[in-house]
Amino acid sequence: MISHLVILWTDALIFLLLVLALAFGIYASRKPHLRRPWGLVVRSRVGVGTLVVLVFYLIVGLLDSIHFHPLSETSDAAGKASRSSEVISLFDSMVSGLRARQEKTYSAPLATHLYAKESIELADGSTIRDFPRLEHGGSHLSDPGQKPADLVRLSAIGILKGLAVSMVAANCLIILLAVAARSNFGNQAKAVLTASTEIPWRVVLVVLSIMLVLIFWSAELASGYHLLGTDKVGEDVLYQALKSIRTGLVIGTLTTLVMLPAAIMLGIMAGYFRGWVDDVIQYIYTTLNSIPGVLLIAAAILMLQIYMSNHAEEFNSLVERADLRLLFLCIILGVTSWTGLCRLLRGESMKLREVDYVQAATAFGVGHLQIIGRHILPNVLHIVLIAVVLDFSGLVLAEAVLSYVNIGVDPSMNSWGNMINSARLEMAREPIVWWSLAAAMIFMFTLVLSANLFSDVVRDAFDPRLHSSR
Amino acid sequence: MGEMLLKIKNLKTRLGDADNPVYAVDGVDIEVRRGEIFALLGESGCGKSMTALSAMRLLPPSGCIVEGEAFLEQTSLLDLPEREMRRVRGGSMGMIFQEPMTSLNAVITIGDQIGEAVRLHDPDNRENVSRRVIELLRSVGIPDPERRTLEYPHQLSGGMKQRVMIAIALAGKPRLLIADEPTTALDVTIQAQVLSLLKELQRRTGMAVLLITHDLGVVSEVADRVAVMYAGQIIELAESRTFFRQPLHPYSRKLFRSLPSLSKRGQELAVIEGSVPRLNQCFNRCRFLERCDQAQDICAQQEPGWSETAMGGGVRCHLFSALPGPLTRPEKVLMEKQQEIQKPAGSLLEVEGLRVHFPIHKGLLKRIVGHVRAVDDLSLSIARGRTLALVGESGCGKTTAGKGILQLIRPTAGSVRFDGEELTNLPAGKLRSRRADMQIIFQDPVASMNPRMLVGEIILEGMQAQRIGANRVQRQARVKDLLDQVGLPADAAERYPNEFSGGQRQRICIARALAVDPRFIVCDEPTSALDVSVQAQVLNLLKELQQQRDLSYLFITHNISVVSYLAHEVAVMYLGRIVERGSVEEVLQAPRHPYTQALLSAVPEIDRLQQRSVIRLEGDMPSPANPPRGCHFHPRCNQAIDRCRSDYPKPVRLSPTRSVSCFRVDQG
Repeated sequence: MISHLVILWTDALIFLLLVLALAFGIYASRKPHLRRPWGLVVRSRVGVGTLVVLVFYLIVGLLDSIHFHPLSETSDAAGKASRSSEVISLFDSMVSGLRARQEKTYSAPLATHLYAKESIELADGSTIRDFPRLEHGGSHLSDPGQKPADLVRLSAIGILKGLAVSMVAANCLIILLAVAARSNFGNQAKAVLTASTEIPWRVVLVVLSIMLVLIFWSAELASGYHLLGTDKVGEDVLYQALKSIRTGLVIGTLTTLVMLPAAIMLGIMAGYFRGWVDDVIQYIYTTLNSIPGVLLIAAAILMLQIYMSNHAEEFNSLVERADLRLLFLCIILGVTSWTGLCRLLRGESMKLREVDYVQAATAFGVGHLQIIGRHILPNVLHIVLIAVVLDFSGLVLAEAVLSYVNIGVDPSMNSWGNMINSARLEMAREPIVWWSLAAAMIFMFTLVLSANLFSDVVRDAFDPRLHSSR
Repeated sequence: MGEMLLKIKNLKTRLGDADNPVYAVDGVDIEVRRGEIFALLGESGCGKSMTALSAMRLLPPSGCIVEGEAFLEQTSLLDLPEREMRRVRGGSMGMIFQEPMTSLNAVITIGDQIGEAVRLHDPDNRENVSRRVIELLRSVGIPDPERRTLEYPHQLSGGMKQRVMIAIALAGKPRLLIADEPTTALDVTIQAQVLSLLKELQRRTGMAVLLITHDLGVVSEVADRVAVMYAGQIIELAESRTFFRQPLHPYSRKLFRSLPSLSKRGQELAVIEGSVPRLNQCFNRCRFLERCDQAQDICAQQEPGWSETAMGGGVRCHLFSALPGPLTRPEKVLMEKQQEIQKPAGSLLEVEGLRVHFPIHKGLLKRIVGHVRAVDDLSLSIARGRTLALVGESGCGKTTAGKGILQLIRPTAGSVRFDGEELTNLPAGKLRSRRADMQIIFQDPVASMNPRMLVGEIILEGMQAQRIGANRVQRQARVKDLLDQVGLPADAAERYPNEFSGGQRQRICIARALAVDPRFIVCDEPTSALDVSVQAQVLNLLKELQQQRDLSYLFITHNISVVSYLAHEVAVMYLGRIVERGSVEEVLQAPRHPYTQALLSAVPEIDRLQQRSVIRLEGDMPSPANPPRGCHFHPRCNQAIDRCRSDYPKPVRLSPTRSVSCFRVDQG
């Protein structure tokens, strides 16, 4: 199936970020001062619960970040499969059903008929104006009246499947835990279920089961219907919402990747060296801060748009074009958002440079670079981490806002912001089309809420001031 | 007297959750009588503050009282509903804390802050709050109280703030004042003021004071009765006078012997080995067992009970009946005997006219509008293998002087010659290689080590920077050697600093400094953050290392007893300048400068054999940003003459080692 990988810019960066995160994880696991707070995070019930939700989002995002040209089904004369110019992701091919089942226009969630009346030619040759049957949604039913029974049946199958899978997952987990703890299965199961384990595995299992049941239930329903309806051009809204996950994650994470080096380097330099270095850096970020961020973003995106329309031939596909715009958006968001962290780090380094151990290092004749690398950076790392996690949900929301005012991602790219943007007209329509907006809200809300709860836990775990009171 | 005011019975306070309990207070019985000053003495972490907080029901969220009773007269404090308790706090019981800087709200005038307490707890004076506020301020000895009521906390000095805190505590006319280390954050001269104020208030108003402290000197100065706390328990209770004549518990006795003083020069200080046991365990033995040198079999088998002594005191020790008599004090040895053999004075460090000024920036363009003269014309010299103590109150520029000498802060002017080489104009590269010869040990053992690094890495850092040791193996071996020298196990290198106690951390800092084979070490108050028993360990170590390695120390401190124990020469600093300089015997025995005299008289002494009179210094040290004209000390000096107001006195040489900057001395 995968014939020719296409590595988009953002894909490459996402996997780079993944590698960096893994490397940091390995580094952190060797340093008790970093391992301990993470230990606190996974010992918190909210922490693990939200982590499970976030992992599901992450998996979808990562699957959606492996792009390739699919083999086209139409074979040419020589009988060889040819590559299509279309670029799809691994996720697309997994949910190809959702992608392929296009309707004509709007249809409500789980509907069997279109949302707009059309002239239908009846068998006897006469035409009437009515809601026509959908091409795919509920097409397996001979009579739309069977829908409720069919829904119940599909739901039951989906929920049972979900339960079965979560049982298997729970057992696997308990077996793994039992092996790790060198106890037998029964004891371990008891420990997990009575929540007497150090890491709240019961919460993990509960959240995991809920997610699995939801997924299987919706998969089952989505196989026969449009679970969240279709949009104006008849595309499945569930598919759009799922595709938007990647966009949200890319914005939330890549932006920090762009911003971190500048923020860390400049912040520490300003705080450590003081003097004219401090003056210059402060001047830069004060200036940058006083330009309205939205204006800067709008200007940059408009410039990029003009460039892209003038050099259309440089882009192989629409996807690549949209991707470049996404990357650019990340960069420009990063440029406007590094100042906050930079300021924090400047203050902290200013404090640290006067601390006795830095003075002691100076008294040993240790060089500046080494002092920064050995004493300052490790001691501000927790601030960086807290800032990154806290910024994430803000950036996801920022994307939605920017797309809403049309300076966000490319209109052809699926994103919650674009969905909300199109909902602007749909809400004004009579009867209103609410499901696009609702779908975007549900997915975004879940992600942002879990990210916020998770970042709260992370901040609590890393904030040294909160430990003394425990 | 004699009537019971506060009675705490078998109090047990737990910190942390039930699974991992720490019994910070473990069965404490205290009785404070009406109108007495009762001192609760103990090292840090022994539970003395927790006892007071339990009685006030002000425990941190993780703490709870498990068992016991507390009565204020007839009222059972632990059974009162929170509403009633709020009336007791600040009403019948006032409390003052250690840190006056953080106890006051920075954005409310002190008049309002005291007024709030008056309004809450003094129903008689609700009509004329402002009059009462002024009355209170006057009673705590704040001059010009009418004007002060309108000032904000930052406009007051540390001593003044503590007085304001006392005034707030007095607003409810308490019968009991709990003072939690009220003078620990203050300088000795200010401490003397606050202590005498407390004593006077107690005498005048007849309130009782529960004084929590770690300082034996403070106890002997003011307390009527004293209870010694150790590991969550009271281990000894006695009349103050009896206690100082004849401490009974082995721990108390050792405390006395570990205090540095002039009479102990040349000897090693007694050391209480080890540290306070962790309180998260069950004790079925004496808590002092591991550190006691008189321990017997029974001490390891059961916890000692409380034995009453003849004079209403008591002690918690199995060996009670066998405990020895009065503490034998070493006679005041004559100075001649103390004089050590004068070493050939090859001067290692020569400082002349050192000035460190910090510019004050103001306004939009950050123009320099003045200078903080932290160190202003400082000259001193230190010989090989000798110790010069730099003494002074906080803010006088001692630490800045130390850092200026080491070129950690580049001096504004003056010369620092180390071993004949001028350091002030040495280029950065050369200075870097010179740094191996000069090291520094800091005051705060917590802040002086990077918490993210292993102890081994910390000690290695200097060696790597100075390229000492040819390879990794050699350096590692050296780390082990150094740890051994400062009395730590070799496996300490693989651990993190936070796994060590304060004293052990200070040893690691010493090992780190020694790693580069320095010849001169600036010790910046290395023992002031440590408990007495641990302080003795560190002082012994420093002294031993000096003898072994012929080290020179610049010992920056405000603790006179440490000076008299360790130093060869003393320089007294006031507002950036040295006012008196000489050998320890000369300066401590017969101070000539009025400031030195006042400073020495303010030090609380344990020997109250001869009644000393404290020379009270009025006011506080002026700001080094605009020192007074003429002699810096004249506004506070009780011997000032006209000339002091116009000119700064030149140092007068009184002997080869001694010089004083004072006109009065000049006159004879």
